[in-house]
Amino acid sequence: MGANRIAVIDYGMGNLHSVASALEHVASEAEVLVSAERDIIESADRIVFPGVGAIRDCMAEIRRLGFDVLVPELVASGRPVLGICVGMQALMERSAENGGVECLAQLDGEVKFFGKDLRDADGQHLKVPHMGWNKVFQSQQHPLWQGIDDGERFYFVHSYYVSALSGEVVGRCQYGVDFDVAVTHNNLFAVQFHPEKSHTAGLQLLKNFVNWDGKI
Amino acid sequence: MSLAKRIIPCLDVDNGRVVKGVNFVGIRDAGDPVEVAKRYNEQGADEITFLDITATHEGRDTTVHTVEQIASEVFIPLTVGGGIRTVEDIRTMLNAGADKVSINSAAVHNPEFVREASERFGAQCIVVAIDAKRVTEEGEESRWEIFTHGGRKPTGIDAVQWAVKMADYGAGEILLTSMDRDGTKNGFDLGVTRAISDAVSIPVIASGGVGELQHLVDGVVQGRADAVLAASIFHFGEHSVPEAKKFMQDQGVEVRL
Repeated sequence: MGANRIAVIDYGMGNLHSVASALEHVASEAEVLVSAERDIIESADRIVFPGVGAIRDCMAEIRRLGFDVLVPELVASGRPVLGICVGMQALMERSAENGGVECLAQLDGEVKFFGKDLRDADGQHLKVPHMGWNKVFQSQQHPLWQGIDDGERFYFVHSYYVSALSGEVVGRCQYGVDFDVAVTHNNLFAVQFHPEKSHTAGLQLLKNFVNWDGKI
Repeated sequence: MSLAKRIIPCLDVDNGRVVKGVNFVGIRDAGDPVEVAKRYNEQGADEITFLDITATHEGRDTTVHTVEQIASEVFIPLTVGGGIRTVEDIRTMLNAGADKVSINSAAVHNPEFVREASERFGAQCIVVAIDAKRVTEEGEESRWEIFTHGGRKPTGIDAVQWAVKMADYGAGEILLTSMDRDGTKNGFDLGVTRAISDAVSIPVIASGGVGELQHLVDGVVQGRADAVLAASIFHFGEHSVPEAKKFMQDQGVEVRL
């Protein structure tokens, strides 16, 4: 395969070390760089775009650092890009959080609130954020699902969820509502859950990403 | 509802060593927190909680190093608590690899600290730990108060009201320990667990008193907790995490196997 340089975009939000550690764990021969520098990020063969916290703060930092220009360029370049959690949400068109925030529009769809009165099928009140291990159903095949069973549990922690263009949804979950947890468009793959916190299943997904050529 | 209830082993660590040791069959060093965390991870623990009970400053640097090591080898959520008093403390632990920090007496001394921490780092990183004791008088409706300093110092603060306040101030999760039950092996205080689980819309972790697997089930079913934290029953090999999960599943509790 040759040298495999992975850039984890650092815009100051979230635990980047977990993502980097997990990538190093599954790809010992790859070079994992956590960086906010355009030159370094552009030199990578593949990109990870993480994120935690409130979307308004994340988008503010993304814009301040010029990543609102850089990320679309990276996506357009054809290199594999993996968005995680708020990183995924930032790739959508807009979010309802913080009174409404425009995002990067690299994926069609929007981000909605679970609400303060979320209920399950029996009418029982559900806690928000959606926190813990929930089942991910693979609604479409994809190389990043290789070696992962349909319905495998991944770790989630979020209060807002993605509602994407149905043709691009590859993973769904249910928590009071049915929602999209894995969305893809060409060389871009984005997940709501945290693969770096999802033990074997998460590490397998990261391994698949490290070996992905960006095509279906 | 397919979100699993979480089983969270807790490690008490003093100056880089697991206190009281653990007794896993086959574990090389029962006092090494990294080894212990790895073993629980392999067994299918849903998260790990690490409580630093070191008194000294030098010992705290050891903690940071231990957290870094655990985070580089264990890929499930890690919560670190014990002596978290400032924003810098939180930043240090999150940078070391912790996903969440647990705040206890610092929140009692200054509730604004929780708000500040939540705004700065995000609610998802902030767990408020509450140590509660039953203080009900004869003929009164059940009441609990929060106590600091390992359950010894009364505060006069109502535990349920405190939990609601902390949720309002931005806590992402509550870690509730019954100081009456802790160490007794008689099960959780289901009254306070349920009262707090029903009062807040954020997740609640029940802690304190687990002596048998049925207690774990009671905690989530009757206590309505979202997660259960246990130390002794797992540390000494009485029960394993897979055994606990199987037991819970057999009783209809959704768990991750």
